[in-house]
Amino acid sequence: MEKNYYQKELETMEREQLLALQNERLVAQVKHVYEHVPYYRRLMEEKGLVPADIASVDDLHKLPFLTKDDLREAYPDGLLAVPKGDCVRIQSTSGTTGRRVISYYTQHDVDLWDECCARAIIAVGGTNEDVVQVSYGYGLFTGGPGLNGGSHKVGSLTLPMSSGNTDRQLQFMTDLGATILCCTPSYAAYLGESIADRGIKDQIKLKAGIFGAEAWSEEMRRDIEKALGIKAYDIYGLTEISGPGVSFECEEQAGMHINEDHFIPEIIDPETGEVLPYGEKGELVFTCITKEAFPLLRYRTRDITILTDEPCSCGRTHVRMKRPMGRSDDMLIVKGVNVFPSQIEAVLLNEGLSANYQIVVDRVNNSDTIDVMVEMTPELFSDVAGSITAKEKSIVNALKSMLGIYAGVHLVEPRSIVRSEGKAVRVIDKRKI
Amino acid sequence: MTIQQISVFLENKPGTFRNVAAELSKNGVNMRAMSVADTADFGILRMIVDDNEKTKKVLADGGYIYKETEVLAVEVGDTPGSLMRILETLGEAAINLEYMYAFTTKKNDGACLIFRVDDVAKTTQVLSDAGIKLASAEELKEL
Ligand SMILES: [Zn+2]
Repeated sequence: MEKNYYQKELETMEREQLLALQNERLVAQVKHVYEHVPYYRRLMEEKGLVPADIASVDDLHKLPFLTKDDLREAYPDGLLAVPKGDCVRIQSTSGTTGRRVISYYTQHDVDLWDECCARAIIAVGGTNEDVVQVSYGYGLFTGGPGLNGGSHKVGSLTLPMSSGNTDRQLQFMTDLGATILCCTPSYAAYLGESIADRGIKDQIKLKAGIFGAEAWSEEMRRDIEKALGIKAYDIYGLTEISGPGVSFECEEQAGMHINEDHFIPEIIDPETGEVLPYGEKGELVFTCITKEAFPLLRYRTRDITILTDEPCSCGRTHVRMKRPMGRSDDMLIVKGVNVFPSQIEAVLLNEGLSANYQIVVDRVNNSDTIDVMVEMTPELFSDVAGSITAKEKSIVNALKSMLGIYAGVHLVEPRSIVRSEGKAVRVIDKRKI
Repeated sequence: MTIQQISVFLENKPGTFRNVAAELSKNGVNMRAMSVADTADFGILRMIVDDNEKTKKVLADGGYIYKETEVLAVEVGDTPGSLMRILETLGEAAINLEYMYAFTTKKNDGACLIFRVDDVAKTTQVLSDAGIKLASAEELKEL
């Protein structure tokens, strides 16, 4: 099969040539930020750095990190690197705590973001003949706008569905013959169930799906592929860096290629900040080398993952990252295994439960235990005990396949999980009490 | 001829059943029959009450998770073997009995069986063919 790329020259560039491009872009970007972002200039000055100290990617490690705390402190525009008049758009992300994050875009920034998403769509086989159903939320959330822009660049017919209203989603999917679906994996799974319930699978023309913005597992991928009769691909991104399309999967479905001509990735030890080699697990850090308005340097994503520079048979030369295992700041180590609340949440949502849950970690007889309390829902409740215990068992199995260890599941009464400022207290680690 | 049973999700911790019962009684709901199914993790309170609408309102206001289900009721006399006859009839017709419970009636020192099956229509037919009479909601109140 003829391999397709959106920007072949950039996506399949020899590593050496790519590095030269990165060096050139990084040097210019550091200068741009130093001159236009007093906040970052001060961070550099605290380290005794001037732009001339950064001559290539080899010097990247010298630069100070930016964290979500910096974004909060610089809210709303302290990290903006161009006059507001040059910006054409903002996007925003709901911080779980504190202020929202606002990311600014010039037209150039929107274009490069859209191009990244176009690469992702073409990598899953998209062409101008395709009908791309974008069922991510639109608005401040980057999911909808990102894939929408990418689909336009490819020239596909774009269905800007946004999220929710399943009846309408399925009606457009069948009436317009959508071939590529973009949404969160849990919504894809839900659409799969709805299609089965309505018995309309023979009317579905989907061939591929691009799913991201939440944790999911390989088992979930297989379930979605089966339910929708498609190949399911991962996409990754974050508002701070641009949005979806920072990295995307190719037909190999073996990790996501990072668009390295725009974003330089590093993996660091989240405790020490030390840069780790390819193949080691750590926190993902990005440096934006082409963005104008909001060019974060060494931004700590808090996502834990692994990078690989092993060549990929698709011909793309950009390094690949694994699907993030979770957030560095809420990682738990249970029985020596890394456990992230986001993974547990994804399983619960996928099983039709609410996001009102609590994880209790304890140590009994020198052995770690992990238990998940989750609130019962009216849909799940049955007067027959066996059907509830069967559901509990299915959640236990899904958790086991996501986490690799056994976690107990306990259904509790609604509103019984302690909330703090409207949010459930997610983790109680009794080992620390 | 089915009866609407109300079931309530109970967390497995002390006092949960007492709390629901107290709440219902305070609001003047009369429980005609009830049973609690227990697992290691949770309980299910199943009950036949005199006023379903009021009960549902009390439960909803209290934030409980509940459900209304169709169950069947059969009045069994004090003659030995009447329970066995019903069970055999259901067994022969391969009807899946999810659960059952009984309560004693004032009339004739008899008992009334409440049972939950997956196929209500078929069960009604099978019992009727076997000459076993189902009790209606109205009759249940008189027992
Ligand atoms: Zn590849």
